[in-house]
Amino acid sequence: MPSTSYLIAVLVIVFTITLALRAIPFAVLRMLRTSAIVRQLSVWMPVGILAILAVTALRGTITAEPHTTLYALLAVAVTAGTHLAFGRRSILSVGIGTTVYVVLVNAF
Amino acid sequence: MGSKVSNIRNHMARVLRDHWWVRQDVPTQMTTPARRQQIAAGARDSFSAGLGIFPLGIALGLLVIQADLPWWLAPALSLSAFAGSLELLLVGMMATVTPLAAVTLTVLVVNFRHVFYAFSFPLHLVKHPLAKAYAVYAMIDEAYAVNAALPEAERSAPRLLAMQIACETYWVGGGLLGVALGAALPAPIKGLEFALCALFTVLTLDAFRSRRELPSVLLAVASVAVAVVLAPSVALFTALLLFVALLTARLALTARRPAKDAAGA
Repeated sequence: MPSTSYLIAVLVIVFTITLALRAIPFAVLRMLRTSAIVRQLSVWMPVGILAILAVTALRGTITAEPHTTLYALLAVAVTAGTHLAFGRRSILSVGIGTTVYVVLVNAF
Repeated sequence: MGSKVSNIRNHMARVLRDHWWVRQDVPTQMTTPARRQQIAAGARDSFSAGLGIFPLGIALGLLVIQADLPWWLAPALSLSAFAGSLELLLVGMMATVTPLAAVTLTVLVVNFRHVFYAFSFPLHLVKHPLAKAYAVYAMIDEAYAVNAALPEAERSAPRLLAMQIACETYWVGGGLLGVALGAALPAPIKGLEFALCALFTVLTLDAFRSRRELPSVLLAVASVAVAVVLAPSVALFTALLLFVALLTARLALTARRPAKDAAGA
């Protein structure tokens, strides 16, 4: 078992780097807030970043359990379908989509 | 004397300007019920994210116990890193006592994506310095995503912070439950982590409000496709980097056109 001092050192490193990566860009951007480029990017970015997160999360699920690829794709379709058909209630859509995946993975 | 007067005048100008801003985008003069309503809205926002975060927290707790690491590492990791994918990765690295330099590099690469969130994370809504610091510290993927999918007019500091605090509670709570289950449960339910995938799918649909968003989505899909093929081990980071590069190119292209567009219209 690793020593406690090693574990603490890891925790300190992780905390410092993670916080710095989250905080420093804000300090830099504050100086650029009036820049038209930064403003336009902040309008364009969110939907694209969400799409990238969705694709990489799906890919993570598939690479962890390659034989569930079809189930994962089906569950994504069910999630999106539920969301568009039943008034965009996130909890309902995420709940039903996840249930479909869990049932398929555990049943077959 | 003269400088005192001008100081006062400067101060007044600043107050006026600040209030103008405040009325423009943040109701700081929020009444208590309105504030409570916003906090409730934030808690509601967090539920769908919680469906993904809580099971992942349980997985983290289980992993810590399975790796023979002390139980307190689960909550300690959740509080110090507060970044799901990284924490799961770190448990494996700590169990094998990976050198600290390698740990540092991994954290840098895996979490570098947060740099891109600053462009569109509404930190300007949060006025109190401590609350601001917390909002930055707790800017996890899910918090960024849930907030980005909200229409701008519905965002507020209490709503954002309530959602972030709830998310952190799910993480730490899930981790503790996982630690407790570690001994009791032989095999946890498989596939619950899909909730994260479903959450991001739903949020992408919510952020896609008009056809004007289409170019951004297409560029993002192109970025992630290239990233998965060329750099599968750091796909998320590569995709974000490519996406920003493509948007910058798009900006350069559209900046040259407005005169022509105006003439055409």
